[in-house]
Amino acid sequence: MRDEDIGASVTKVAGVEFVCDPMGALYCEADGLLVVSDLHLEKGAAFARRGQLLPPYDTHATLKILARVMDRYRPKLVVSLGDNFHDRVGSALMPDDCRTLIVEMAKGRDWIWITGNHDPDGVSGLPGTVAESMAFAGLTFRHEPAKGAEKGEVAGHLHPAATLRRREKSVRRPCFATDGDRLIMPSFGVMTGGLDLAHAAFRGLFDRTRLIAHMIGKDRVYPVSYQGLKG
Amino acid sequence: MKTPTETAGDLHPSGLELLPAAFRRWFTEKGWQPRAHQLSLLEKARGGKSVLLIAPTGAGKTLAGFIPSLTELAERGRKKPGTAFQGVHTLYISPLKALAVDIERNLMKPVGEMGLALTIETRTGDTPQGKRQRQKLSPPDILLTTPEQLALLIANGEAERFFGDLRYVVFDELHSLVTSKRGHLLSLGLARLRRLAPGMQAIGLSATVADPLDLRKWLVPQAEGEAAADIVVAPGGARPLITILESEDRIPWSGHVARYAIPAVYEEIKRHKTTLIFVNTRSQAELVFQELWTVNDDSLPIALHHGSLDAGQRRKVEAAMAENKLRAVVATSTLDLGIDWGDVDLVIHVGAPKGASRLAQRIGRANHRMDEPSRAILVPANRFEVLECQAALDANYINAQDTPPSGAGALDVLAQHVLGMACAEPFSGDALYEEVRSALPYAELPRETFDRVLDFAATGGYALKSYDRYAKIRQRPDGLWRVSNPQTAQQYRLNIGTIVESPMLNVRMVRKNKLGSLGPGGPVLGKIEEYFLESLSQGDTFLFSGKVLRFEGIRENEALASQAFSMDPKVPAYAGGKFPLSTYLAEGVRGLLADRSEWHRLPDQVRDWLEIQREVSILPRRDQMLIETFPRGSRFFMVAYPFEGRLAHQTLGMLLTRRLDRMGARPLGFVATDYSLGIWGLDDMGDLIAKRKLDLQTLFDEDMLGDDLEAWLDESFLLKRTFRNCAVIAGLIERRHPGQEKTGRQVTVSADLIYDVLRSHEPDHILLQATRQEAAAGLLDIQRLGAMLNRIRGHILHRPLDRVSPLAVPVLLEIGKEPVAGNASESLLAEAAEDLIRDAMQV
Repeated sequence: MRDEDIGASVTKVAGVEFVCDPMGALYCEADGLLVVSDLHLEKGAAFARRGQLLPPYDTHATLKILARVMDRYRPKLVVSLGDNFHDRVGSALMPDDCRTLIVEMAKGRDWIWITGNHDPDGVSGLPGTVAESMAFAGLTFRHEPAKGAEKGEVAGHLHPAATLRRREKSVRRPCFATDGDRLIMPSFGVMTGGLDLAHAAFRGLFDRTRLIAHMIGKDRVYPVSYQGLKG
Repeated sequence: MKTPTETAGDLHPSGLELLPAAFRRWFTEKGWQPRAHQLSLLEKARGGKSVLLIAPTGAGKTLAGFIPSLTELAERGRKKPGTAFQGVHTLYISPLKALAVDIERNLMKPVGEMGLALTIETRTGDTPQGKRQRQKLSPPDILLTTPEQLALLIANGEAERFFGDLRYVVFDELHSLVTSKRGHLLSLGLARLRRLAPGMQAIGLSATVADPLDLRKWLVPQAEGEAAADIVVAPGGARPLITILESEDRIPWSGHVARYAIPAVYEEIKRHKTTLIFVNTRSQAELVFQELWTVNDDSLPIALHHGSLDAGQRRKVEAAMAENKLRAVVATSTLDLGIDWGDVDLVIHVGAPKGASRLAQRIGRANHRMDEPSRAILVPANRFEVLECQAALDANYINAQDTPPSGAGALDVLAQHVLGMACAEPFSGDALYEEVRSALPYAELPRETFDRVLDFAATGGYALKSYDRYAKIRQRPDGLWRVSNPQTAQQYRLNIGTIVESPMLNVRMVRKNKLGSLGPGGPVLGKIEEYFLESLSQGDTFLFSGKVLRFEGIRENEALASQAFSMDPKVPAYAGGKFPLSTYLAEGVRGLLADRSEWHRLPDQVRDWLEIQREVSILPRRDQMLIETFPRGSRFFMVAYPFEGRLAHQTLGMLLTRRLDRMGARPLGFVATDYSLGIWGLDDMGDLIAKRKLDLQTLFDEDMLGDDLEAWLDESFLLKRTFRNCAVIAGLIERRHPGQEKTGRQVTVSADLIYDVLRSHEPDHILLQATRQEAAAGLLDIQRLGAMLNRIRGHILHRPLDRVSPLAVPVLLEIGKEPVAGNASESLLAEAAEDLIRDAMQV
């Protein structure tokens, strides 16, 4: 399938070519590597445990999108970049039907669960390997972007979103943010919000002259330069 | 049902005997006589009835409301030490904290002079914890409080004891309470009070309303054969003298500030002792205040009073008002209700009053002596507002009232109440259902809906029953519902109430150094709505706290702003019409436009404006709706003039652009005002109409309220905003409390995302049902839109023009202030992505 047909945009991180998929996943064809980040599974349940009875449908909804991504790319290796679950007990208490979905998806492929600040203990009762970070194809995959990290970091944690302004109108969308040396993934979970690229948390992470926000539209990813966001 | 006896006019000799000696003596000493309505109310209350008193401001309404309580308490005498616990005798509920404080002041005086032995205390959100505890142990005879405090009191385990001896509950400004969700919550509170104190009587105090029957029913339990409350109507006072400000200066085409009128307003302030200046929104208050101070050469004491100001600041202004130390106060609706302060001798209303009732209410602030006319000046901020002010003025003279109907009780409010009742004591579903239905807004509530709300309060009400172990309330083997844990009760208390504030951010002042980077933070100026700040780009200038500020960005949970070196803010901070134009006034404006013989009453420039419109285009008849089409710049415009208020127009705009899109007319956007709706696009819609490719009757057919509405609702940001309010009130999302913001993103969850998830997985969820119900009635104004579409069928008047008409100018000036939705945002993204490609190719 051609990238244009699925609305994906192409980018390179430290020379490695990826496509940014409109469903919010990153795929490297050469290595059969699929990256997703900040799934925040069982977020509704995590809130319910604290007395806010948010809808219990988020896990299922997120996993269904993930299943479609799996069908599209059939990756050899899946890396989930941390904050896989919204709290420490999430993976243990997850309902069985959702667990089954993950087990099915993981069949016949390797799966790495990078730990995040929400799930520092990793996951339990699920296939795959838990790790704090991973080095692969000359790149480093970790949850939280490390300031001053070597070239070729792929991280999550910040849930980047970009605001585009044109003719006094503005559109805000989650995005893949990359300057060619580092890429920060959008959050994949359906009940996760975004943080604007202009926020102080992104300071020092990118060369803003080369920064491109691959903004996620309805069925397409639109690459917009950081300078171009203001119109 | 019994027929009510209306009382008016002179003394009521029989009633006089009902007054205890201390009262008769007090009246004689003052040289006053009890008013007929006061005695009539006393007589009816003594007869065991609930009563609605309708009286204009200044008619001694408040004292009348308390007379049944005061006389009974005077006869009861002081509680002897060592006797049994006595609960509250009279509960007084006011919509405003300030009003409760004010009544305390005004009630203490006669009580002291009569030497009555009784205790009167207030209880509001500001009451210290110690005093609240003491009040529970030893309740005052008369407790003055707000609807939110009542909700807290009845949700307490001690409620039965506290209210067991209750004789009267007095609702002040009842007309303003019943139409909102606050009124819904209050009606449920009243239902509970009736259960706690079965002999209790309700007394409602209200300004003049069109249909008092609703209010009379509201006061009594809804049951077969139950008569509505009795009614007492006090005679009206002298007619107010209202004029529209005459100004030599040019009246603007659009906008809401009335900057042109400031010198004239200032002259009026100088000519009067104390002037109250009412505006419709907080930002208008800021602007008018700032403008007044720029011309205040005499340094007159002019103050500002609005809801975003610090409470201490507001109390100071109120105190200064009471002592007649101020010459003028610029105020929003925080000062709207029956607060009786100082000797106000002039009310100025900047901007259109939006409804005749609101205008009457505000004018009532001037001169509380009934026999002298109140003085009021209306200051229209733009040309359409001139027409609206004139219509309002006509309405006041014929004393037409337009208070909206109270409507069916909101389900999110019910959910909150159900949880509160579980906090008070274990309840049976059957008994609570019957109690809830005794409240007027919930009289028609089906049992099935009640059960779903109960299920929602317990486990979230999801079809997927996965939260049983996290239930907030549970049904025990005895069949009664109880709270699961103490945290639930605490959560309830923190999230009580029906007023949902928009998320706000602190605005912090920063300095820029020579290199252009931001220095350390300075003082916090106040709070602004997050959605407004998010619409700003760095460098935009806006007005806040009396200063022109330059927006520098959002850092953590704060907005940073620096001093702007400009006196002309670029972004108008106008948060949209807070109140839509009332149906009644809209009718008046249409009538005025159509009837040239009435134009002599309008200012010259407005008359000229209409004359030119008549020449270059046309003025529609009263029953017609005009549509103009014309090119301008590289776009083509279609402007419609329904005069149905901004909310209905906004909904209409959304639906019309969908339809135009489908008909291939390629619309790009629209903007709505209270008076008209402008749509622009890439194709000449006038030409399409002429060539019969576009049929106006089809375009404006009522069937747009069917599928198109449903489809649009699915993606509407308006519905998301409504959902957020419902979710907060129903307790699904917790309120953000001061200080909590700091804990960061992980504790807040976006209501928009919850909405999306819920809508795609359980579209019939009770909270979505509540959201649609509320949006249809409120934000979308569907009912009004439907009535309008019906009205204009066969009466659409199309006028193709070469260029913009005078009537179309105001709406065109509003363009650029509306967000885009749906496909338009996709094309914006595509365009930006093209830029990137083009830039890349240039190298």
